Amino acid sequence: MPIYYDTEIKSRLMLGTAQYPSPAILAEAFKRSGADIATVSVRREAGDERAGQAFWDMIGDLGVHVLPNTAGCHSVREAVTTAQMARELFDTSWIKLEVIGHADTLQPDPFGLVEAARILTDDGFQVFPYCTEDLVLCERLVEAGCRVLMPWGAPIGTGLGLNNIYGLRSLRAHFPDLPLVIDAGLGLPSQAAHAMELGYDAVLLNTAVAKAGDPAAMAEGFARALEAGRLGFKADPMEPRDMAAPSTPVLGRAFT
Amino acid sequence: MKITVNGTAEETAAMTLDALLIEQGYGEAKVATALNENFIPAALRPEQRLSSGDRVEIVAPRQGG
Repeated sequence: MPIYYDTEIKSRLMLGTAQYPSPAILAEAFKRSGADIATVSVRREAGDERAGQAFWDMIGDLGVHVLPNTAGCHSVREAVTTAQMARELFDTSWIKLEVIGHADTLQPDPFGLVEAARILTDDGFQVFPYCTEDLVLCERLVEAGCRVLMPWGAPIGTGLGLNNIYGLRSLRAHFPDLPLVIDAGLGLPSQAAHAMELGYDAVLLNTAVAKAGDPAAMAEGFARALEAGRLGFKADPMEPRDMAAPSTPVLGRAFT
Repeated sequence: MKITVNGTAEETAAMTLDALLIEQGYGEAKVATALNENFIPAALRPEQRLSSGDRVEIVAPRQGG
């Protein structure tokens, strides 16, 4: 199972906590999938609602690791300050670092991401950067101190799956020992299985589960797909070939 | 004194960040704070003085992806 910054995790599934129909369905999704990491955020309280404490209590009841994010931050300053606030609120040095570079695609700003990763690493954070599959960017992030990389499969919330198989395979080949997590863009369990078959260590999901008709069933479906894909990867798959080759013995065939 | 709290203009009598949180009804609530885009740890709120025009952010745990 994956080890992130010396912490061994019991599942290859990281699960977001947003957009579920109800807190009970969120809890059921975690239970049925066995997800061991929950992503969370920090936000302004709306009016006198004081919903933060209730949410915090619910997350505590899940009994999983908490990975705060800097979602929605468009500058290094915003991301760093948000990370510092999250560290105090959630009492963890883990941070899923997002520095968004484009409003339409929500793709990471690679320049700001590296700068923020360096600042936060120097400040004692253990950074999980939401990045693209660009090899040079990922090398810079590792130089900045990241010991996990989280490339997107496709833009956040699209469900398009793995858009750049070559790039993801190349990244795996260049960083054979670093935990690699597909973060964002998955919509179906088969896409998660494919990520495992490429040798990835884990996936991070939110919308694919929360917006499914039956979120808990979908979470379990993803968990099983991850297990299946990982087994396939470890089992040393056959090489594909263009020409057909009979699997039933040719020798001994009747009528010959 | 006029300050901005979570993006909204407010008039406050609070002289410190700690006093502002009490004035705003946060009391013992689980929140984190920033002043003019800089993180202010909870332990430093009592001595963090406020000035006219300051921008305060008060955030709490929330769902995220």
